[in-house]
Amino acid sequence: MIKITDLDFVYPHGEFRLMVPDFNIGRSEKVAVIGPSGSGKTTLLNLIAGITVPKHGTVEVDEVTVSRLEDRHRRAFRITRIGFVFQDFALLDYLDVLDNILHPYRITRALELSRSVRQRASVLAETMGIADKLKRPVGELSQGEKQRTAICRALLPDPSLILADEATGNLDPDNKSRILDLLFECVDAHRATLLAVTHDHELLARFDRVVDFQGFRGGVVE
Amino acid sequence: MSDSLYLAWRYIGFNRWKTLTLMACITLITVLPLTLQVLLSETERQMLARAASTPLVVGAGGSALDLMMSTLYFGRDVPELIDMSDSEEIWKTGLADAIPLYVRFRARDYPIVGTTLDYFDFRGLGFAAGRPLAVLGECVLGAEAARRLELKPGDSLVSSPDNLFDLAGVYPLKMSVAGVLKRTYSADDLAVFVDLKTAWIIEGLGHGHGDVARDGDTSVVLERSEDNVVANASLVEYTEITKANIDSFHFHGEPENYPISAVIALPHDAKSAAILRGRFLESLVTAQIVVPFEVIGALMQNIFRIKNVLDAVIVVVGLATVLAIALVFALSLRLRQREIETIFKLGCQRATIAHLLAAEIILILFASGVLCVGILLIVDHYSADLVRLIFVN
Repeated sequence: MIKITDLDFVYPHGEFRLMVPDFNIGRSEKVAVIGPSGSGKTTLLNLIAGITVPKHGTVEVDEVTVSRLEDRHRRAFRITRIGFVFQDFALLDYLDVLDNILHPYRITRALELSRSVRQRASVLAETMGIADKLKRPVGELSQGEKQRTAICRALLPDPSLILADEATGNLDPDNKSRILDLLFECVDAHRATLLAVTHDHELLARFDRVVDFQGFRGGVVE
Repeated sequence: MSDSLYLAWRYIGFNRWKTLTLMACITLITVLPLTLQVLLSETERQMLARAASTPLVVGAGGSALDLMMSTLYFGRDVPELIDMSDSEEIWKTGLADAIPLYVRFRARDYPIVGTTLDYFDFRGLGFAAGRPLAVLGECVLGAEAARRLELKPGDSLVSSPDNLFDLAGVYPLKMSVAGVLKRTYSADDLAVFVDLKTAWIIEGLGHGHGDVARDGDTSVVLERSEDNVVANASLVEYTEITKANIDSFHFHGEPENYPISAVIALPHDAKSAAILRGRFLESLVTAQIVVPFEVIGALMQNIFRIKNVLDAVIVVVGLATVLAIALVFALSLRLRQREIETIFKLGCQRATIAHLLAAEIILILFASGVLCVGILLIVDHYSADLVRLIFVN
C-alpha cells in the first residue's frame, strides 16, 4: 500500500533532514508511528500525502508514485485517495456538521457532490453517533463530537489510506478509546489502511504494527 | 464556482458584522457621488426648466441672482422693490405682456405671492380643488402648501405679521382659501397666491374700517371737516375681508406707485425681447431686465464647479476606502491561514483559494450593488421632492 524507497528529505531553509531507506505498509494494515517531538513523524505523513516532495527517493501509495506526480495531480490524488484526521480537528467554524463532512467535495472538482454522497454522509454520521447534530454549528460540539465529524470528513470520499496525525491527542481518555474504536471500525469497513502518529503508548497495543520513528532520524544537516 | 459561492455565503453569514461593515463602506462610497449626481441633475433640470420657461424678468437693480431667487423660487430674501408703473411701462411698449409679482409676505412660513390671474395661465397651473381668485381677500394654495397646512377651499389662512414687535404695523389678514393647485413639482407648490391688491392690503396700503363719515358713533371721530374725517385709534380696522365689509376696503395713494418685487415680461417674439432688453439697457432707470436662463445657468455652472471639487474629494476618500477594504481582505486571509492550510492539506487546488476569495468579494460587491441600486432608485423617485426640500424650501 505504502512503499518508500531511499527517501532523503530536507526542508529548504531548515536544518532538519529525514532519511528513510526502506519503509512499507501493507493494504488494510493499521500502523502506529511513535517517536519524540521533532523526529519527523508529521513530515513523513506529509511526504506520503504528497504535501511535500522528497529531494531523493520515491514515495508510492496504492501503486502510484506520489513523489513524481505533478502538483495538481498530487492534490487530486490526495483528496480522492487519502483521508486526513488532524489533532485539532481542523473543522470550519462557519459551517455546520454536515457541511464540514461534505467540505472536501466543495473544494475540488475531483470529487462530485451527488445525492448518494449526501446519503453516505448521513450513514457515516449515524455510525459515528452524530446524526442528530448534522445541522449544528461545529462550535456547539464537544471535543469528541468534533473529532467524529473530522473522521467522517476523512472517510467520506472512501479513501484507501487514512493518515491520522495525533488524532486522539486532544481527547480525554474515555473519548480516546471510543474514537479509536470508531476509527478502526470504519477503517475495517472501508478496507482502508491506517497510518497514525501518536504519543499515546496505551493505545499502541491495538495497532497491527508500531514503528518507532527514532530509527529513521537521519541526523542534523551541518 | 457554485460551491465557492456557497462556502463564501456561509462565511459571510457567519461573519455578518464584518460583512455589513464592508458593505456599508462600499455602498456609501459608491452611493454618495451618484446620489449627488442625481440630485444635482434634478436641481439643474428643475431650476433651468423654470428659468427657461420665464423669458425675461424686470426688477430693481442689484443682484440678478437675488431677483431670480425671489421671482422664480419665492425665496426669503426680498429684493429691492420697483413700482407698479414699471409693469405698466412694459405693457405700453406693446412688445411684451407683463405679469407683476409681489413676493414679500409670508403666511405660516409659506411665501405669499401677489400677482394677477395671468400668472396662472402663464405657468399652466391647474386646480386640484376649488376655483381661481375672484374677490379681494382670497388666496389659492400650492399643492404642497395645502397638504402641509391641511387646508382646503373654504378654510382660512392668516398672513404672518411683518414684524411681531411693531404694534403700530400691519395687521395680519385672514384670507379665505378659494382653491388648491395641482402639483407641479416647482416652487408654485409651496406658494400662497393672492391678488396684487390683497398683497397691498396685507402691506397696509389698502384697508377697510367702519364708515366714520356716516356712522352716528361720534366717539371715534377726532375731527370732522367737509372733505375729511379724522378718527381715533378706537376705530375698528377689518382683519378679514367678507361680503359684508368688502365695500369698505379702499386704497390710499396712486396705484402706479404701489410696490411690486418684479415683473415677468413675456415678449411676443425674439425681436420684441431684444428690443425690450435694449431699451432697459439704454434707459437710465434703476430697474434691470434679465434673462433668467442665463442667470440660473451661471449659478448652475458654479454649483457644478463645486461638485467637481466634491467629486475629487470623494475619489480620494474612495481610494482610501478601497485600500482599507483590500487591507481587510488581506487581514482576513491571514486570519484564515489555518483554514487555508487545512484545505491545502486536504488536497484543494491553489486556484480554489482564489475562487473562494473571489466568491466572497463578488457576493459583498453584489449585495452592495443591490443596496446602491435600491438607494439610488429611492433617491431618484424622490429627487424632485428632495431637491425642493433642499433648495426651494
